Amino acid sequence: MSEPLLEARELVKHYGSVEALRGASFTAYPGEVVSLIGDNGAGKSTLVKCLSGVERPTGGTLLFEGEPLELTSPTDARDHGIETVFQDLAVAPDLDPAANLYLGRELRKPGVLGWLGVLDKHEMRKRAAEHFYRLGVSLQSIDVPIAALSGGQRQSVAVARSVAWASKIVFMDEPTAALGVVQRERVLDVIKRVRDEGIAVVLISHNMPEVLSVSDRIEVLRLGRRVARFKGPDTSVEELVGAMTGALTQEDAA
Amino acid sequence: MSTVPESKTNGETTLSSEDEGHTSLAKRLAGANTLWIGVVLLLLIAVFGAIRPDAVLTTFTLQTTLVETSVLLVLAVGMTFVIITSGIDLSVGSVLVFSGVTSAMTMNAMSGGDATKAGWGVVWVGLLVALVSGAAWGLLNGLLIAKSKIPPLIVTLGSFGAALGAGQLISNGSNVAGVPEVLGNTLGTGTYLGIPNLVLLAAVVAAIGALLLTTTRFGRYTYAIGSNEEAARRVGISVTGHLMKIYLLAGVLAGLAGFMAMAYFRVASVTGHDTDNLNAIAGVVLGGTSLFGGAGSVVGTVLGVFIPAVLRKGFVILGVNVYWQPIAVAIVLVAAVWFDQSRRRARNQR
Ligand SMILES: Nc1ncnc2c1ncn2[C@@H]1O[C@H](COP(=O)(O)OP(=O)(O)OP(=O)(O)O)[C@@H](O)[C@H]1O
Ligand SMILES: [Mg+2]
Repeated sequence: MSEPLLEARELVKHYGSVEALRGASFTAYPGEVVSLIGDNGAGKSTLVKCLSGVERPTGGTLLFEGEPLELTSPTDARDHGIETVFQDLAVAPDLDPAANLYLGRELRKPGVLGWLGVLDKHEMRKRAAEHFYRLGVSLQSIDVPIAALSGGQRQSVAVARSVAWASKIVFMDEPTAALGVVQRERVLDVIKRVRDEGIAVVLISHNMPEVLSVSDRIEVLRLGRRVARFKGPDTSVEELVGAMTGALTQEDAA
Repeated sequence: MSTVPESKTNGETTLSSEDEGHTSLAKRLAGANTLWIGVVLLLLIAVFGAIRPDAVLTTFTLQTTLVETSVLLVLAVGMTFVIITSGIDLSVGSVLVFSGVTSAMTMNAMSGGDATKAGWGVVWVGLLVALVSGAAWGLLNGLLIAKSKIPPLIVTLGSFGAALGAGQLISNGSNVAGVPEVLGNTLGTGTYLGIPNLVLLAAVVAAIGALLLTTTRFGRYTYAIGSNEEAARRVGISVTGHLMKIYLLAGVLAGLAGFMAMAYFRVASVTGHDTDNLNAIAGVVLGGTSLFGGAGSVVGTVLGVFIPAVLRKGFVILGVNVYWQPIAVAIVLVAAVWFDQSRRRARNQR
């Protein structure tokens, strides 16, 4: 396989006395879907936060395209083409879907008005509608605050936002948890399409059939450490569950 | 991302890029609190007007109501931004007093102790001193709230006491007279085309505030931070910097309000502003801005600050005991918050 796009080595993260990550390693290659699985509290979300600049790891190193990288802020991560769908979505419920899509990246009007900070709401709205349409996100109206949407629609908006901006890697922390069958298939479609554009997708999910159906590779986290790695097609639910619960261990995984 | 998925699923329409026509203005207004608060205000005026048409609709009544409310409106515009970020600023009335005192004393000092006959140069310096005084308190509030992460209620409760205390220390606890006549005659009580200059200034402040909030990125970030601070941080918005600017804005506007009050009363008063903060908050909340943050408007605030004023005037005209006014305002206020809260609860239960 090609050179890893992103490689985390022996990441440690403490929250006070809680050790959320105890030397966790993780690798993602360009143009692949890699699933990150593990039991509740295994440290998946914490790992994602460390890799998207939200939290700073207590220890360990990070390599991005072969170079050491220190992410000091979410903006830093975004500048490197890293986007994230957080488990708590991190959307602004009082703003409409278009505003959320462009949050932190607002388009401004040309000329003096733009220089004064005036937003080009019309253009953002138009492009947002096109983007949602392309991704098959169903919304009754694009003018309502996100809070007025269903949980699944909100999740779809968060997914749409991440893939709109990612140029290297997208982390999706349980992006399908609240979705119906049709919407879930759509998100999985989107994941494959993004992968086919050469972008790495890191999927976190508790749904094993879903993980098996979409992943090129699977990495397993247990108690804050990587305990196993699998090739997507040659594994089974039993093996994955075994690795997550500690019944099965791989020597070379950590 | 080019493949287009099937666009209809079990009755729910997928949004297409064609049916993104603008929602009609009427529909949007009907959903907004602003409309309702406007209706309430018009109803109040209509009722008082119907009972005593001679007294209510005279320009004099209208003018005095407008003038007395314009200082409060300037405070309330700043407060609107603060409350939309889900913060609060209790210090505005004290900062108003402090700014008025420093401004008046500077002008006096520049004119050998009594600035009554001073010229425009002195007045401009006075304005600058008022704005800088307000900015200083705003900056202090912002630093403690955004950088030190002390709750706004506590920080501004502290500066509420401290700014008033400092103002009284500087002025030895008494009002500062000697306000330049040119200032009093122009900004204070002058008119332009029949409209009091104070009202015009307040209207300009409100208009700029409204534009800033609804059309600019600054406004968008204000809503975003109030709606979900962590989400704002994660998309790279500098939450700390933005909150500092918000409290700075509230401080500067309180400084301007202090200058306006001084021009109108021709004295920098150290008393009578203890409840300015609560009046401003009441106006903002009556205007439909949510104490939970994330929603609100300056237009609503403009309507909101006039409700207590119109009630007071109305009661005076009708001969109702004016002590009913705060009670009436309190009832409307509690109803407004209750309405907002139940709306949010309904929304969050989805
Ligand atoms: N902000 C925090 N403060 C303290 N402890 C935390 C914090 N965030 C996570 N933890 C702890 O770190 C551990 C790992 O949490 P994390 O959210 O990463 O798990 P997860 O694998 O994402 O679980 P789930 O599948 O339930 O989402 C847990 O024990 C959790 O209690
Ligand atoms: Mg998690």
